Formats: sequence, structure tokens, C-alpha cells
Amino acid sequence: MRSDHQKLGFYLLIAPLLLWLVLLILLPHLGLFIVSISEKVGVREYETGFGNYAAFFSEPLYWRTFARTAIMSILATALTLILGFPIAYYIAKLTRGRTKTTLFMMCLIPFWVSELVRTFGWMILLRETGVFSQTLQYLGLTAGPIEFLYNDAAIMVGLVYTSILFMIVPLVTTLDSLDDSLVEAGYDLGGNGYSILREIVIPHAMPGIVSGCIVVFMLSLGNYLTPILLGGKDSLWFTGMIYSQFITRFNWELGSAFGFLLLALSSAVVFIGLKLSRQSLSETMGR
Amino acid sequence: MIPTVPQSSLIKWSYRAYVMVFFIYLALPLTVVCVFAFNNSVFPSLPWEGFTLAWFFGTDAPFIGVFHERSILRAIGTSAFVAVWVSALSVAVGTCNAFLFVRHEFRGKALLYMLMLLPLIIPGVILGISILVFSSSVANTLEDATGLWFDGLRPGLILVILGQFSFITTFATLVISARLQKFDPSLEEAALNLGASKLGAVWQITLPFLLPAIVASAVVSVLMSFENFNTTLMLVGSDSPLTITMFGKLKQGSTPVLNAVSLLLIIISAALGLISLLFQKSKD
Repeated sequence: MRSDHQKLGFYLLIAPLLLWLVLLILLPHLGLFIVSISEKVGVREYETGFGNYAAFFSEPLYWRTFARTAIMSILATALTLILGFPIAYYIAKLTRGRTKTTLFMMCLIPFWVSELVRTFGWMILLRETGVFSQTLQYLGLTAGPIEFLYNDAAIMVGLVYTSILFMIVPLVTTLDSLDDSLVEAGYDLGGNGYSILREIVIPHAMPGIVSGCIVVFMLSLGNYLTPILLGGKDSLWFTGMIYSQFITRFNWELGSAFGFLLLALSSAVVFIGLKLSRQSLSETMGR
Repeated sequence: MIPTVPQSSLIKWSYRAYVMVFFIYLALPLTVVCVFAFNNSVFPSLPWEGFTLAWFFGTDAPFIGVFHERSILRAIGTSAFVAVWVSALSVAVGTCNAFLFVRHEFRGKALLYMLMLLPLIIPGVILGISILVFSSSVANTLEDATGLWFDGLRPGLILVILGQFSFITTFATLVISARLQKFDPSLEEAALNLGASKLGAVWQITLPFLLPAIVASAVVSVLMSFENFNTTLMLVGSDSPLTITMFGKLKQGSTPVLNAVSLLLIIISAALGLISLLFQKSKD
């Protein structure tokens, strides 16, 4: 009787989890794959085949946009790491107590605000009639208005801004656990700033660097708002292409194939990153 | 490199300068958004035309403030509706998941745990289109089979709620599990010894212990739902939540009324964020 009760309790607990995972995650992605390998041959008539994937590889616009998105995301990840590392180090090692909490909170607050609002802020700053352009004119540094918006640099600024927190948080956590005496020992043994950074600090921070890079790369790859709003019509971001196949062109088969390719790339990067750093998904994401 | 090791003052000061510049970079976009909400001009840009509250309370065109702009008010209502549902569902399922993963041992637990984390690494756009494709094909099949209409499975608020729920639940599960792990099971055993039923013990002892985590994850879920864009964009029907409405207005070129909405959003999200932190702190 008692074990029956326990069994019932167990099934009641596992039911919502299974419903959620099967109905909202597993089956939809299976469905996405099935649609991506069906080709339209007539009205409501479909054939199975890899024609959508062939279309992706034969049309330069498609695969170039894909490659461009991937390369820009790698670049954004690298920039985020380079810009974020000194900040994380400063917060973790060079500040104490209340200053540390305050600086950390100052990093957090912008990320509670909607991405849309943050991107809107950059539009106000960068556009032709924006703050930067007007200030430069006021100072007499340029004769006419300058358009800072709608180019790759603007996209990059936005991407780094959007994702830098996800680099700083894991870095602060790992750097926090680095014992100061290790750095002191490095100096005692005759090391200089550069060699200590390379031999002690970076190896210690590696888990944080890897998980930060994975998250930032994923976020950049899957970003839609920043490239579309800051890059304008020619931003050529892959998520934008997926959106237009689905909503504008109503070509769901090709759109699904695109979606699956993006998913494959992002999963591959996560997998390789975890393998390289010998971490598991549960450790990295479970915090 | 560390405070105990002396360093030349040039390096020290340039490091500090970099940190300063970085925080200016962080604050700049939000600051301009807030400042231009008070500019007495129909464009959110310089020159500064003087201070006004018209973008909040104005009633005469073109100075129609947030509190009189119907489309924005309706969008805020839609967003709140979605957020409440998403938050309630996520916290309910997240609490069940926490009990399952912390209290039970069963075959396939590691696999299920990994599947539970999966939504974290799926890009939001992909999550959106997969749910869109799946629900549409289910709707098509059902409509062909029965001849009835299944509007709930077409793009609209139900799909938006399900789409946001599908990844926010993971966050709720993680936050609540972390708290449940710290629970001392002997407290529950004591309640059972004193004659409580199993459910009664959970209700009277364990759930109150979990409450800070439950509140914190509910608040975070509301915040994430309110701000979600990527997944929502793919699933939205005729009633659009706030982010989608603002995106549409932004693309058309906008008046500072958007700055005013943004300012309100900044205040609300900072407040909610702080509340969730306070609740998470109080559990230690």
C-alpha cells in the first residue's frame, strides 16, 4: 500500500516534466527536422529529401550569411573576452567588500533591462541625428552629420554590450577562487606580470573562460534584435534569414532547414567547448 | 596584479581609467534612453528642447504620453497576462521537477536532467519556430480529422505562453532545486513522527522553507517573460506583447514616448531584479 502511494507520488512528479520536455522540446525539434527534409512538390504534397539543405549550399547568399554570422559571432566572443577579462579581474582581485558588491551590481543592472531598451539606447547614440554625431559636430570635429549606425561595427558594439555580462559573471566566479598567494609565489619565483598572467591566472580561469565563451557565442549566434536594429536591412544575420523564410516568404521547409543548421552549429560549439575543457553540461549550465 | 604586490602608478591608473571607461560604456545607452524621455521634442535626439513630462502624461497629439497611448497600454496588459501565466506554470512545474531531481532516484535520471538543461542551449528563435511548426502540424492534422477549428494551436497568446514557459521552467527548476538541496530532511521526518501526513509535512514544513526560492524564481520568470523577444516574435498572433509592439514602433521611427516606456521598464526591471536578489540572499 505504502509503496503504491510512493509510486503514485513519483508518477505525479515526473508527469509534468515529461509533458514539458516531450511536448515542447523533443517533439517540436523532431517535427522541425521532418519539415526540413520535406520538399514541396504540389499543393499540400511533399516528398522526403535533402533538397532544402542542397538549396542552402548551392545559393551563395544563404551559406555566406551563415558563415558571416558564425565569424561575426566568434569575433564578438573574442572581443567580449578581451574587454571583459580585465573588468572581471578587477572586480574579483582588486576590490574588496562593499566596493566589490557595488561594482558587480553595476554590471548586473543593465542586463535586467530588456535587450530592446538597450539596443534602442545604442540607436539614439549612433544614428545620423544621434548623440555622438551631434556632439562631434558641436565640437567642430566634423562638418556634417555622420551615420554610425547600419554597419558591422555597430552590430559588434551591440553584440558585445548585450553579452558581456555572461562573460564577466563566470570569470569573476573562477577568479575569486584564485588564491592571492599563488600570484605572490609567482613573483617570488621571478615571474613578471605577463608570465604570471599566462602561467597562473589564465590556466586557473580556464573553466570560466570556456563557459563564458560558449554562452556568449550562443547568444550572438541566436541574436535577432541587435543585428536587425543596429545593422539595418543589410545586416545579413542568419536568424533574420530564418525569420524572413518563415514569416515573410512562408517557405517553412527551407526555414526549418536553416533553423536546424543554426541549431547544429550552436550545439557543435557547445559540445566542442565542453569537451575541450573536460566539463559537463550539468556543471557548466547548472551553476 | 594583486594589492599586496606594488605596481607602477602609471599601470595602476590606466587600469582604473579602463574600468571607468567600461562602466561609462555600460551606463551610456540606458542613460540616454532615460534622459530623452524628458525632452520636449518629437524626436528622441539632440538638440535639447527643454524639460517636459508630456511623454508620460501628455494628451494632445503629437505629445501623447505613455499613460494615454492605447496601443502601448494594451501591449503592457498583454505582456502582464502572459507573464503571470508563464510565471505560475514555470514555478509549479519547476517545484515538481526540484522534488523529483532532489528526492528521487530512478533510471534515466541523468539523461532527464540533461534534457531539462537543454532549453538553455537552444537559441530562442529556434525554440520559437520548432514550437510553431509542431503546433501548426498538430492543428492541421486535428482539423483534417475532425473538421473543427483549433485556433489555440495557431500563433497567438497560448503559443507565446507555451514558448516562454518551455525555457523559463529550466531556470525555475535550477533555483528551486538549489534551495531544496539545503533542506534538512530530518525536519520533515519530525513532522511525520508527530503525526503529520506525508503531504501535510511537505505543505507545512518543506514548502515554507522553499518559499524564498519560489518567490525569487517567480519574480525572475515574470522579468524574463516580459523581456523575451526572440521566442515571442515567432509565435505572436494579433495580440502583441510590449517588446513586439515597441519593436514595431522602433522600426518605423519613433517619438520619445518609447523612451518613456523604456524608462518605466528600466525602473520596474531594476526593482524586480533587486527583489529577486534579496529573496535569494535571505535564504542563506
